[in-house]
Amino acid sequence: MKIGVMCIKVCISLILIVVPLSYGVSVDKAEAFTQQVIQHGATGEDVIELQSRLQYLGFYNGDIDGIFGWSTYWALRNFQYEFGLEVDGLAGLTTRQKLVDASKYNEGYVKKNIRKGKDFTHYGGTPLKKQAEKGGKAPQQQQGQGGQGGQDNQQQAQPQKKPANKQQKNVPSGYSENDIQLMANAVYGEARGEPYVGQVAVAAVILNRVESAAFPNTISGVIFEPGAFTAVADGQIWLTPNETAEKAVRDAINGWDPSDGCIYYFNPDTATSGWIWTRAQVTQIGKHIFAK
Amino acid sequence: MIRTIFITILALAVIGTGYWGYKEHQEKNAILINAENNYQRAFHDLNYHMDALEDKIGATLAMNSRQQLSPALAEVWRLTSEAHNDVGQLPLALLPFNKTEEFLANIGEFSYRIAIRDLEKNPLSDKEYQTLETLHQHATEIKSELKQVQSLVLEENLRWMDVELALATEGDPKDNTIIDGLKTVSKSVEGYSEVNWGPEMTKISEYKDSKYKVLSGEEISKEEAKKKAIEFLNLSTKSKVTVEKNGKGSPYEAYRVSVNKPDSNSTVYMELTKKGGHPVWIMQEREVGKPKISLYKATQKADAFLQKHAMDKMELAQSDQYDNTGVFTYVKVQDGVRIYPQSVTIKVALDNGELLAYEGMNYLLGEKDRNIGKPKLSEEEAKQKMNPNLKIQETHQGVIVNDLGEEAHCYEFLATMKNDTYRIFINANTGLEEKVQKLDDINSSFKEL
Repeated sequence: MKIGVMCIKVCISLILIVVPLSYGVSVDKAEAFTQQVIQHGATGEDVIELQSRLQYLGFYNGDIDGIFGWSTYWALRNFQYEFGLEVDGLAGLTTRQKLVDASKYNEGYVKKNIRKGKDFTHYGGTPLKKQAEKGGKAPQQQQGQGGQGGQDNQQQAQPQKKPANKQQKNVPSGYSENDIQLMANAVYGEARGEPYVGQVAVAAVILNRVESAAFPNTISGVIFEPGAFTAVADGQIWLTPNETAEKAVRDAINGWDPSDGCIYYFNPDTATSGWIWTRAQVTQIGKHIFAK
Repeated sequence: MIRTIFITILALAVIGTGYWGYKEHQEKNAILINAENNYQRAFHDLNYHMDALEDKIGATLAMNSRQQLSPALAEVWRLTSEAHNDVGQLPLALLPFNKTEEFLANIGEFSYRIAIRDLEKNPLSDKEYQTLETLHQHATEIKSELKQVQSLVLEENLRWMDVELALATEGDPKDNTIIDGLKTVSKSVEGYSEVNWGPEMTKISEYKDSKYKVLSGEEISKEEAKKKAIEFLNLSTKSKVTVEKNGKGSPYEAYRVSVNKPDSNSTVYMELTKKGGHPVWIMQEREVGKPKISLYKATQKADAFLQKHAMDKMELAQSDQYDNTGVFTYVKVQDGVRIYPQSVTIKVALDNGELLAYEGMNYLLGEKDRNIGKPKLSEEEAKQKMNPNLKIQETHQGVIVNDLGEEAHCYEFLATMKNDTYRIFINANTGLEEKVQKLDDINSSFKEL
């Protein structure tokens, strides 16, 4: 009996020790790109590495932010041109191999600075110490000792969390991350608990109003038009929106409009204005009737 | 003794509560006054801008020289936008004041178009002069009606907070001077529909309307819509399906189909046109797990989807990753020319490559016979028309909808200047610079093209 309990205890503690260890090791091993083709518009770790390597060689002068935007695209094409590869703007196997051969990538240094939200660069030939913005009480020795590509053991100590501060997200053009946030607030305040399509439709109505001559011409103007949205009037707009609301907003901005161009919607159970019933209706999604 | 103490405590409590109540009342009043002042400011601003607008339109009527006319019309444009902005700050959302806002927006659009035109080459026509005259007349009417409301507000100390209350209460009869006054304004505006805005502006609205008339195919019934949806989405016939017809506000007759997918417990929504049963959009609701495939792989899935449904030849124009999903925009290609008005957007889940959403309204409604001839200008000639500071990186040909609502065959140049990327459209026949967009580092919009 006692031995059985002991066994279980040992097993558990073994698991507790081994799992984090193996996790750390696997992270450490990821020294070069994953085996995927990277294309314009992609985000993530591979893009961070791509940008860092391109910057090391002097092709890329923008921020290393993990978003494959236009500057990265031109940098990659220039690289492909200079190295005699097919110029297609895609980081495929050959291109990546050439990049890895030609450049060095100090993953620990780059990730650390991204996590800290600092301005930094990753050019070859200049000591990295000089390339990071001073500030914070971060120990700097790591960058000093090895230069680029130095094997730093510190990396292991830092759990590979999602970069918190400066993690950039893709934003549909013409809109800032803050516009999306504001709209997500409005959508959440107005339509949380509605089906996803209904939330996209509410976001689309806001955008249709911005386009419409009969409404203000900005997102904030439409949202804060007095009396336009109940969630604004009663303060529910200031609840913290969930991710679904944000996704719904992105879909609406990317062109989806389940309301088919409506500029009004109302809840038939709580609508106080008789006038709203005179509008031509398109459809009902969840609790909301959408109208022109 | 105990009684005295008790009474004293009670008395103190009463005084305390009274003082607290008084403070609360004061604070509430301060907030109300603040809100009221904001409304008052917007309203008086509106009057000021309408006044200035009427003046300016009047002045343009008397002008002869081009040097005067363009700046004056630009000023009209600015004033309409200011007035439009003022209206947006008043609590009128539930009052049908929209017509007035639309009217203002139209004046703005009209004056803007003339203001930016080269009036030396293309002077104000008689028709346009007449339109300006009518606009002046209408602006005078609106102005004087608003002035009346304004003087009533000032004389009788009317409060906008009361308007807000009156509008919020149930039922229709609203006995409120401001509301009555504004209703008079919108009544007169509703009579202004006969304004002749000129060929340019009609073309734009025509372009928007014509989009809804070109669908091919026979009308389908609810049952057929159901069948088509299941077939299109490749679902089992046992799925629970509901079909509804769109209401009369819909821009085209269509069915909305929602399918419960039994295996994954998610719902797919889809809209099909009644005529021809073409899918307009598809949207699936489900959680997407961690990305397992790259954006590039997802592109191939989107390609396969388009091929399977035998669309015209399409070309990937833009790809973006949003969290665990990839969003791709394709444009139709005809004779090697990108047809930007006909685009589709596809969203693919990066966990298993499944199609999450599809948007094909522009593709469907932008369909028409296009005769794309050989461009009159060569690529080299078109390049000469560009700003010499730009470094050209990529060249395509594309058809876009220009500012006048017409389709134009253009050379499309992707060019860089310092760290910024630009998309420039040079008309392939006239050499006109039709459109210049600064591309955000990450992304650009095809909606305007």
